[in-house]
Amino acid sequence: MREEKKMLKVSSNPHIRSRVSTSGIMLAVVLALLPAAGYGVYNFGPRALAVIGVTVAATVLTEAIYGFCRKKTTVTDLSAVVTGLLLAMNLPVNLPLWMAALGGVFAILVAKLLFGGLGQNFMNPALAGRCFLLISFPKQMTDFVSEGGSFAGITWDAYTGATPLAALKAGESVNVTDMIVGRVGGTIGETSMIAIVAGACILLLLGIIDLRVPGSYLISFVIFVGIFGGRGFEPAWLSAQLAGGGLMLGAFFMATDYVTRPITVKGQYVFGIFLGVMTGIFRIFGPGAEGVSYAIILGNLLVPLIEKVTGPRAFGYRKGGKAHEA
Amino acid sequence: MAKLTFVGGIHPYDGKDLSKDKPIREVLPEGEMVYPLSQHIGAPAKPVVQKGDRVLAGQKIAESGGFVSAAVFASVSGIVKNIEPRRVASGDMVMSIVLDNDRLYEELPAAAVKPLEEMTKEEILAAVREAGIVGMGGAGFPTHVKLSPPKPEKIDYVIANCAECEPYLTSDYRRMLEEPEKLIGGMKAILQLFDKAQGILAVEDNKPDCIRLLRELTKDEKRICVKALTTKYPQGGERLLIYATTGRKINSSMLPADVGCVVNNVDTMVAVHRAVTEGKPLTERIVTLTGDAMKNPCNYRVRIGMSYQELLDIAGGFRVQPEKVICGGPMMGMALFDLNIPTTKTATALLALSKDEVSAMEPGPCINCGRCLEVCPGRVMPSRLADYAEHFDEEGFLENNGMECCECGCCSYICPAKRPLTQEIKSMRKLLLAKKKKK
Repeated sequence: MREEKKMLKVSSNPHIRSRVSTSGIMLAVVLALLPAAGYGVYNFGPRALAVIGVTVAATVLTEAIYGFCRKKTTVTDLSAVVTGLLLAMNLPVNLPLWMAALGGVFAILVAKLLFGGLGQNFMNPALAGRCFLLISFPKQMTDFVSEGGSFAGITWDAYTGATPLAALKAGESVNVTDMIVGRVGGTIGETSMIAIVAGACILLLLGIIDLRVPGSYLISFVIFVGIFGGRGFEPAWLSAQLAGGGLMLGAFFMATDYVTRPITVKGQYVFGIFLGVMTGIFRIFGPGAEGVSYAIILGNLLVPLIEKVTGPRAFGYRKGGKAHEA
Repeated sequence: MAKLTFVGGIHPYDGKDLSKDKPIREVLPEGEMVYPLSQHIGAPAKPVVQKGDRVLAGQKIAESGGFVSAAVFASVSGIVKNIEPRRVASGDMVMSIVLDNDRLYEELPAAAVKPLEEMTKEEILAAVREAGIVGMGGAGFPTHVKLSPPKPEKIDYVIANCAECEPYLTSDYRRMLEEPEKLIGGMKAILQLFDKAQGILAVEDNKPDCIRLLRELTKDEKRICVKALTTKYPQGGERLLIYATTGRKINSSMLPADVGCVVNNVDTMVAVHRAVTEGKPLTERIVTLTGDAMKNPCNYRVRIGMSYQELLDIAGGFRVQPEKVICGGPMMGMALFDLNIPTTKTATALLALSKDEVSAMEPGPCINCGRCLEVCPGRVMPSRLADYAEHFDEEGFLENNGMECCECGCCSYICPAKRPLTQEIKSMRKLLLAKKKKK
């Protein structure tokens, strides 16, 4: 036995690893996005599925081809799927498919890969893709008119006119119940608060995200619009603000993106509060009704600064780096 | 009662079921015995025997090489074969005394002892020093140094580290179950050194039987109490143990004595008891043989100096060919490439794993998830420190408290990208410590 002994492996401690892996986390995020995506297809019809498919294919293919050229496969970590799916959630259902594909390519190639790939991007790729499309094709990106129809016995409604948030801004009344359920116009994945929160619960239960960023984001947003919105803390209005636009999707799925939120605990609260205030400013004082995407992107840019001033205090040290005394 | 614990830490698979119910067995070595002169932190011991000398079990073969150092004793009788460099568990070659075991196990008569109550502090300290006792939990810091703080009157707590938080290890557990009176005896001896100190037996709550037994045995002891700690790795880390039991915090540049604490491991306390009451030096310890590749996981009372290979052969060898064999636990132990290595004073276990999880996983890029920050008991930013270490950015590393890392391994364990964070930080620390020493 000892003659043909196989070599033993040697490495530095520790010698065991947890089961959680990068691709596992990404897969969970994909699963958590499915309720919202599914509702989007149900709400807007099969064309939503086409937009989702094209966007995801674009991000995954971009990642795969880039990896092939660099002789380093990174597509298996599933992060491109997450980016594609998230981007699709942020697109209107009638966007020309080539635009959706272009957005996907931009998100992965420019916002992520050119900065060094997963973990190196300073901006949420899906949001970068969305903002790129918003600036390049403002008309198509804000066209939320969709046709109704039916297929195999399933019918979907037509949506005409403004999104509830725009209506709200114009001073019109909105149906809050419809907004919470998602029976309203908007981008594919943002309309149903219920579906988004259900997906977020999956991530919360799995411990993949926590409430630090979304919690401080939503609370500070409510406080901000309560004070400056001119309607006070009127429950129906606040609910409409919370359920409307991309706030839920942004708070639970995009502001929580590991790479582009602060790594420090204190920093995450600061980040969340910043997002809440910025979103409030954009929605109340800005020209448009929405503000989540730009607020998060601005927040992303501040992350290095936030992390710098919110570093943890090492065990056994007091404020200011002084050691504890007996 | 508030939970006694710390912030951070992990809950890995603990594997203790493999060997926890196996009573301690005696084992007599038959082969060559090797005694490295450096089995402790500090100056190496100096040999006091020569090639060809016959020595007896319990005889001093190397004397302490300074204040921070410890003597080495023969654990069997035999002839000194040579004094030469030998490979030890860390992979280094260390000057060692090699003994040809004559299998007679002839013992040197133990030194005369007085009853503990009549011993002075100096006599107790001398007995500990003369027995060559070092911290047997892994670090190997000479115990008599720990027991001689500059201001002994300022010591409020003597803590017995009975946490045994490292997965798979059961040697301390068996010791507590089978020889609790020796642990308590060691505690009493140490308490005699510190007049106002309170003795704490700090046990993780995954060992309720130990807690019950120790509480029962110490119920009439005014100066000793048993504290149940939350089970979480690395609860047995000295700084975290002090925090959990007393609420006091020290950083890496402080000593437990700075906050009035003295911490010793279970086996160390038993060795103190043996030295003080029986006059016997440190020649044996409990070693756990375990892991899914081990045929018969068990706990052995091992004569220090015996080779792991011989110990393994006696235990029945491997069940399956292991991919990795570790000296110590899976979190802080050292991987061995050869088993022909002597057991030392700090050898807690021989762990054989059929699968090596580390080499099976390809490290990926950091996704900034923050899990390493959450589990780090030192409250530093492992992912950032590893970046600084990778780029040899000394300034960044020091500024971000890189030296506060206790190398517990939690960050590497938890990292979803499977980055070898601990390894990077550890090597940088080693580099910086060496540099500091040079100055």
